[in-house]
Amino acid sequence: MENFEPIIVAFCCHYCAYTAADMAGSRRCTYPPNVKIIRVPCSGKVDAIHIMKAFEKGADGVYVAGCLEGDCHFKNGNLKAAHRVDYVKKLLDEVGVESERLEMVLMSAGMGEFFAETASRFTEKIRRLGPSPIRPVAHSEAMAAAG
Amino acid sequence: MITAERKPLEELIEYIRPFDRILLVGCNECVTVCAAGGRKEVGLLASSLQMASLKSGKPLDIKEMTLERQCDPEYVEELLPVIDGVDAVMSMACGCGVQEVARRFKNMPVFPALNTTFMGASERQGVWAERCRGCGDCLLGITGGICPIVRCSKQLLNGPCGGSSTGKCEVNPEIDCAWQLIWDRLKALGMEDRYEEIMPAKDWRTDRGSGPRKILREDLAE
Repeated sequence: MENFEPIIVAFCCHYCAYTAADMAGSRRCTYPPNVKIIRVPCSGKVDAIHIMKAFEKGADGVYVAGCLEGDCHFKNGNLKAAHRVDYVKKLLDEVGVESERLEMVLMSAGMGEFFAETASRFTEKIRRLGPSPIRPVAHSEAMAAAG
Repeated sequence: MITAERKPLEELIEYIRPFDRILLVGCNECVTVCAAGGRKEVGLLASSLQMASLKSGKPLDIKEMTLERQCDPEYVEELLPVIDGVDAVMSMACGCGVQEVARRFKNMPVFPALNTTFMGASERQGVWAERCRGCGDCLLGITGGICPIVRCSKQLLNGPCGGSSTGKCEVNPEIDCAWQLIWDRLKALGMEDRYEEIMPAKDWRTDRGSGPRKILREDLAE
């Protein structure tokens, strides 16, 4: 547990969080390498199944990062994403995976420092929660499949 | 459309506990529209079942398939190439689809993933409301297009009752009084005279009073 390094998947909107991640890099803000970024054209493009599959395949935490309220490039994709995240939280609770492992965060393209802070805060939160109950089996299976 | 809601995951896990290879079958018709059992919901339920199974240390062999319609034998036949490779089927269709799959594959356990709820219409995105009971003798022509059989809590034919208050039903203040709606609509149409007619007792034999019903179109039936 002490050596536990969580796997975090961050679905980042191209117009805000992804650019904020770029900004974080330009400003030399460090954030944990645990966060694996997936760029999406809008946070509203993230479907419930994408989040579920991330957990099924061994992610310990997932967050969806969209634009600030009223700033969505596609009008309200970020709000749709927030509703979807709430829905998937219920599905996760039903399965027995703590819903705190999933979050919706909002930021603008200029918030590089906030992006780095969010990545650090979320990684620490998941580190405290410990490995996902799905992960050990998923990993051992992958090892077995790899021979 | 026929509306449905997914059963609690716990109940579904219990159904499939004895089996290793599951075929999860969705339906592209009504349950897709009411977001209960279409391709998307099949994917989500498969993922939930897989995760629940992985948690208990046993990966599940779960196949996903969504048919155009599960209530028609022609489409159910499409399960034939995959059915031999599974131990049980879980259907995400309405009760009609579940029964059609069970009828076609007599040696295969078939479980429902949904609770089929009612025939309804979409009020707005994500909200469905009961609109038809399928009583077999439609009264909508007399009642201004509002059904008292399904929308009046008491199924009154000559309403409203004394429980109607400010247009709402005494059963639940969120339910509109069907007879208030009927009166408002008939008035707007200038057809108040229809309201004055006393409706005789309904012949429930066209409903479920004569047991399960069947429609036979001789020109179509083979």
